[in-house]
Amino acid sequence: MSSDLTRKSAAQLGELIASGETSAVEVAQAHLDRIAAVDPEIKAFLHVNADGALEQARAVDARRAAGEELGPLAGVPIAHKDVFTTRDQPTTCGSRILEGWRPPYDATVTARLRAAGLVILGKTNMDEFAMGSSTENSAYGVTHNPWDPSRVPGGSSGGSSAAVAAYMAPLSTGTDTGGSIRQPAAVTGIVGTKPTYGGSSRYGVVAFASSLDSPGPFGRTVLDTALLHEAFAGHDPMDATSIDAPVPPVVEAARRADVDGLRVGVVREFGGEGYQAGVEQRFRETVELLESLGAKVTEVSCPHFAYALPAYYLIAPSEVSSNLARFDAMRYGLRLGDDGTRSAEEVMSLTREAGFGAEVKRRIMLGTFALSSGYYDAYYGQAQKVRTLINRDFDAAFEQVDVLVSPTTPTTAFPIGERADDPMAMYLADLCTIPSDLSGNAAISVPCGLSPEDGLPVGFQIMAPPLADDRLYRVGAAVEAAFTDRWGGPLLDTAPELGGAR
Amino acid sequence: MSTTTTGPMGYDEALEAYEPVLGLETHVELGTASKMFCGCSTTFGGEPNTQVCPVCLGLPGALPVANAAAIEYTIKIGLALNCSIAEWCRFARKNYFYPDMPKNFQISQYDEPLCFDGYLDVEIDGRTVRVEIERVHLEEDTGKSLHVGGSTGRIHGADYSLVDYNRAGIPLVEIVTKPIVGTDRLAPEVARAYVTELRELVRAIGASDVRMEEGSLRCDVNVSLMPRGSSEWGTRSETKNVNSLRSVERAVRSEISRQAGVLAAGGRVVQETRHFHEDTGETTSGRSKEEAQDYRYFPEPDLVPIAPDRAWVDRLRTELPEPPSVRRRRLQAEWGLSDLDMAAMHNAGAIELVEATIAAGAPAADARKWWMGELARRANEQAVELVELPVTPAQVARVAQLVASGSLNDKLARQVLEGVLAGEGEPDKVVEARGLAIVSDDGALGDVVDQVIADNPDVADKIRGGKVAAAGALVGAVMKATRGQADAGRARELILERLGVS
Repeated sequence: MSSDLTRKSAAQLGELIASGETSAVEVAQAHLDRIAAVDPEIKAFLHVNADGALEQARAVDARRAAGEELGPLAGVPIAHKDVFTTRDQPTTCGSRILEGWRPPYDATVTARLRAAGLVILGKTNMDEFAMGSSTENSAYGVTHNPWDPSRVPGGSSGGSSAAVAAYMAPLSTGTDTGGSIRQPAAVTGIVGTKPTYGGSSRYGVVAFASSLDSPGPFGRTVLDTALLHEAFAGHDPMDATSIDAPVPPVVEAARRADVDGLRVGVVREFGGEGYQAGVEQRFRETVELLESLGAKVTEVSCPHFAYALPAYYLIAPSEVSSNLARFDAMRYGLRLGDDGTRSAEEVMSLTREAGFGAEVKRRIMLGTFALSSGYYDAYYGQAQKVRTLINRDFDAAFEQVDVLVSPTTPTTAFPIGERADDPMAMYLADLCTIPSDLSGNAAISVPCGLSPEDGLPVGFQIMAPPLADDRLYRVGAAVEAAFTDRWGGPLLDTAPELGGAR
Repeated sequence: MSTTTTGPMGYDEALEAYEPVLGLETHVELGTASKMFCGCSTTFGGEPNTQVCPVCLGLPGALPVANAAAIEYTIKIGLALNCSIAEWCRFARKNYFYPDMPKNFQISQYDEPLCFDGYLDVEIDGRTVRVEIERVHLEEDTGKSLHVGGSTGRIHGADYSLVDYNRAGIPLVEIVTKPIVGTDRLAPEVARAYVTELRELVRAIGASDVRMEEGSLRCDVNVSLMPRGSSEWGTRSETKNVNSLRSVERAVRSEISRQAGVLAAGGRVVQETRHFHEDTGETTSGRSKEEAQDYRYFPEPDLVPIAPDRAWVDRLRTELPEPPSVRRRRLQAEWGLSDLDMAAMHNAGAIELVEATIAAGAPAADARKWWMGELARRANEQAVELVELPVTPAQVARVAQLVASGSLNDKLARQVLEGVLAGEGEPDKVVEARGLAIVSDDGALGDVVDQVIADNPDVADKIRGGKVAAAGALVGAVMKATRGQADAGRARELILERLGVS
């Protein structure tokens, strides 16, 4: 029974708990057992909330027994990326500088999901402060890809993608700043959505780059992902950049799963040099599949997307240099050198030197430079102009088509260590995902098969205009249904068994 | 720092050789109920760190939301200063590390202030000086540091420091003048008059209690000198946090003398921050600004732009109170005062008090007499502002009423006020407790008058002979005999009556 429960979708678990066929406690225990069995190999979790999870599950069962009407995900377990504040668990952002920090408050996303009855299994590993594409930048060790533990699970939300792909959690949260949800979803064969910027609250999400950060959901199915999306999205008065509009009907769209007559644009610029042949092949097959399902496919040019990566690496680090200034050893987190002989400045400096990893320091320095007097216009100012041009590319494209599609990332999961010392190679993993972050529109990655040369999952990216997140789910669910049909089951069923469950 | 050890030059001598240029930056803490970006209370004087939350402590993940009331007050101040109101503007981050600043950046405004290009007219010796306003912008206050140990009370040399974040995040409006030229020897008075006028204007709007002693109005005074005949401005010094009107005037005067001394000795004025000392009336060197700090300003990505609706701005304009200078002219006419008398009242801060006393029922002349006479003398004795005396306009009005009805004479009234100031209660209670009721009943007074006539036969004869003016001496004797409690007018009548010359 136990291992069965971890194979269920979140939607199924919600129904089983609601009907009384199983309990939230049984479901939580099954996932905790699975974590105990396989996480020593995968290392997706930084903190497992075993007692707390069972306590929350008991509370849900009690509410249900008392006759309370609960939502579709009540009692369903979830893992949170360690960037969301949780008042009952540590929040470290994968950084030494926040080791052991227990926030006195919940992020809006955390709080809403708690209220909806989701049971928090724990906090997942990530690249330090969400800077990276592999989780190798975590201060607490690398997470392994369930498809091949010698490979990365993507990043920065790699702990969340690995936890879901390895059946340790049916759902997880992530944040997408340059692709940190979609890229890990793609390389672990699951679904991940970057909602419209402002469509999900950033309150209590430790900031990486404020103008880009988008909290979003992971799931193994498109419907699960939509259910989670709907459960935490929507206007939050605590986040000034949150959009005061209804959440797009994402669950309805995932159930509808039809693309007949939908106009689909293939982004011409995403392909060719630097793209793995198998990735391009699976992408083309998926486009053909959409055509066979009744979509009208055209090619669309977005000429300024070529400048998205350099613009991103000026804007994001600039915001980082300011956002991460607060980690100064004065109020919380790590404090080094406070021996009574050193000044506040010296304590700040020693703590930041030891508390931040190399990639974080690299970006703080890049951003500090880009914002410096005399350089601002040439770097930050210019990057903002590029951002405007990318917006215009999207606007023009969305006049012709309903959604844009591309591979999610140019390659499948790369081996651990391969790009760790080559930041430029690492940055290329986000080539196709960054434009949507810069423009703030919505995008999803859904599995579209295994690349023939390495047998690893390939992600198919769908992009929609701001607040048209529902289109992602319509297209994603249609692709998922057709492929499940073609493959005779979900892609994840072909993943190798792990550890004790073998 | 100065390249000379020569002392300051006498003020008159300094003004013969140099012409001063002023600049004033005033910070006003707004009197909103909650802080600029969170819901914490702004009440002054709370226990340290009791009015704080994740937002104003800058905890990881917390986000600011702008206070609409603070924006409204700022626009009102801008309108009252004849400024243009921005159609669209943004907050910006000012980045620098300091332990009393929780995020290590201050949310402020940079090149897009909410209000700009205005002016404020001030009157000095009957001459109107127009002070041009560069900008009025909105920002958040920092926490307050207390440096313990060491002799200076500053961070260097302190044993340790304490920080109170209650003040962190209180809305602060910064009002910056354009360089003020051509004030010549009146520069100190212009500086004082400007701050006085600004304070009244802000108070009239109701935007702040503008108490300099509590720091809700703080002033930085910039002074530079240029040699007579030159048109090139000298290097300026910036004297920080001058916290009384008198100090503003003294700081300007002191800087003019100091800089003139440096320049006359062939030295060079250093661009630096200086501190004003109330006790000596002089400034001392603080932090050098020769290597200007790079604040790396950039638009605050956590907040949305402010685009004040024109209809709203127009409505705020109609809600502005009568400008203080217009109001003074109106009151001067109503009260029938000379320019000199009105100016004296203005400088003493007596106008509101007199106005309130009149509103409480006293005739204008009486109200003015008591505040500008006896009470001004007492305030001066105690070196406090009139408004700080523990007596209310209603109490002064009551005393005036008792005099008018004949229950008190001026001498007794002064004793009643003394009792009120000493905390003995309301005027009527003081009259009763101290037995200050006037002796005016003819029986008792008649006896005293008879006795005085009997004791002074020579004077009585003169009066009988028609020298009515000599009656004063007898009235004086009556007052002496009654220890001042007699009604002098009635005593005179009785004397004349008794001596048959009435």
